[in-house]
Amino acid sequence: MKKTILSIAAAAAVLSFGTMAAEAKVKACWMYVGPIGDFGYSYQHHQGLLAVQKEFGDQVETAYLESVPEGADAERALERFARSGCNIIFATSFGFMDATNKVAGRFPDVKFEHATGYKREHPNVSTYNSKFHEGRYVQGVIAAKMSKTGVAGYIASFPIPEVVLGINAFMLGAQSVNPDFKVKVVWANTWYDAGKEADAAKALIDQGVDVITQHTDSTAPMQVATERGVKAFGQATDMIKFGPDTQLTAIVDDWGPYYISRVKAVIDGTWEQQDVWHGMKEGNVVMAPYTNMPDDVKKLAEEAEAKIKSGDFNPYTGPITKQDGSEWLKAGEVADNGTLLGLNFYVKGVDDKLPQ
Amino acid sequence: MGMLEAILITIATAATPLLIAAVGELVVERSGVLNLGVEGMMVMGAVTGFGVALTTGSPWLGFLAATAVGALFSLLFAFLTLTLVTNQVATGLALTLLGLGLSGMIGESFVGLPGVKLGSIYIPFLTDLPLVGKLLFGQDPIFYLSLLLTGGVAYFLFRTRAGLTLRSVGDNHASAHALGINVILIRYLAVMFGGACAGLAGGYLSIVYTPQWVENMTAGRGWIALALVVFASWRPWRVLAGAYLFGAVTIGQLHAQALGIGVPSQLLSSLPYLATVIVLVLISGNRRLTMINTPASLGRPFVPDR
Repeated sequence: MKKTILSIAAAAAVLSFGTMAAEAKVKACWMYVGPIGDFGYSYQHHQGLLAVQKEFGDQVETAYLESVPEGADAERALERFARSGCNIIFATSFGFMDATNKVAGRFPDVKFEHATGYKREHPNVSTYNSKFHEGRYVQGVIAAKMSKTGVAGYIASFPIPEVVLGINAFMLGAQSVNPDFKVKVVWANTWYDAGKEADAAKALIDQGVDVITQHTDSTAPMQVATERGVKAFGQATDMIKFGPDTQLTAIVDDWGPYYISRVKAVIDGTWEQQDVWHGMKEGNVVMAPYTNMPDDVKKLAEEAEAKIKSGDFNPYTGPITKQDGSEWLKAGEVADNGTLLGLNFYVKGVDDKLPQ
Repeated sequence: MGMLEAILITIATAATPLLIAAVGELVVERSGVLNLGVEGMMVMGAVTGFGVALTTGSPWLGFLAATAVGALFSLLFAFLTLTLVTNQVATGLALTLLGLGLSGMIGESFVGLPGVKLGSIYIPFLTDLPLVGKLLFGQDPIFYLSLLLTGGVAYFLFRTRAGLTLRSVGDNHASAHALGINVILIRYLAVMFGGACAGLAGGYLSIVYTPQWVENMTAGRGWIALALVVFASWRPWRVLAGAYLFGAVTIGQLHAQALGIGVPSQLLSSLPYLATVIVLVLISGNRRLTMINTPASLGRPFVPDR
């Protein structure tokens, strides 16, 4: 009896090995922090997976895990991925950073890609990030042109550098048009709670803002803006369906090109460790069509977008004054990436005290 | 519309789903059953309500479906805990987990679609009254329903014979059984009422509050509703007070932030929860009063001897 079981097991092992060798395809795996149905951050990463499927077809096998909590569970999930034959694993949330590096040490043959982090402890770990704030600058330009009250509302999630970068870039864009422009900030202290985001939008509108932008994930603020007849910007994904007469544009995270290039590198055997911070130039940050605005505003927005896209212009170019009035960047001086990635102060004109 | 009126209306919208779900759970707990599955039933109501309203184009059918699904879903809980006598806490938690997962699966094709919104009512002249017109006569119909529901439950529990029977089942199921009361049947009905309310509250989120569907859109409101029941020491009108206090602090802190008053936002965001905790501490300070109000058989299984 024991013998038969053993031989069956052996046969199964040979068989499975046989199929693997015959197909010899690359397996790419994704791990998301939220559900793919959030219509925001994780949804956009999943669109990247779908782009990879479309690009390579049968050549690449894909797998994903959604709603993986940051912490010990992330490590287990990554380990499972590595054991199940994934050749490249994309860990798409900041909080997966330590787990990714730990598991990468145990599986040197598997390539790991960690989004928005900075730790690369092993040669098989790369990091990638996106310059969403470039889109915020363009939004700021539009907001300053479209607002009648001269005040925009900003629904923010958590006071981390990425979010502060966005608020400042928005302010700088607005000031390039109207130096006296004001931004009111409300911290929702959540990435995602439709009801609370809607309430925040209502509070801002009641206090006189007539353009809303958000760094939280739901479409609720767009719906509130539509109801109250003010304008708004979409976040992470094109939200035009939720505000056909409201959305001015949206910052769309397009991870597709990056994922395709990295999976291709694994197929070709040219994958190497890297640390990238891509933006509009590389097609990682895309602006949704400019809608509900007069032609001159649209033209101005397109010019700002083109300037950033060409790589000639960084929104964080001096002269820039800090909120407290002290000088940060001299005229023509450009902030370095290290400072930006750890940004923890406001520029002049933001009507809020930054939570520390 | 004045700013104060606008704020009050926003508070009412934030408080209504909490109130409906909490009043439902209050009836369940008054019958001696602890159903921790409110969040799960709510989210099932939200996805069903959204889907039905979207496909039929009628928000009312959406609300009907949300309520029905909430009741059906709670029937599962009732069967497990009342007929099969499983642990109520564990089963309630399982119901929440099941609801969150199942709704995500059902709602996959609804993501990214704008929903059908149930608008506010309009009564000529009355709604146009200055200062209070929109607040009193211009809100969504479910807001008025939630007030009627609270009054109805308060009347039922403390002014009718059936309500007395339900409370007696919750206070001492053995005595009630000895008196010939069908304990299990009454608890089944109470649990289903609670489920229907949770489903309706979920539908409110996806049809009135934010007409859209996204996974896990209840975002913990079911748990707040559960806390409100204890907060209110199992009294319907106090649930109403609690829900509006919670809503007021939530909305108030957002306005405080928009005004730029310079208080750390993390502290402001935690205020609604802090307020709840403080009131709970104040209430439980008086042990006698707590004992009197708590249904004595809460959470205890009942097995009728045959």
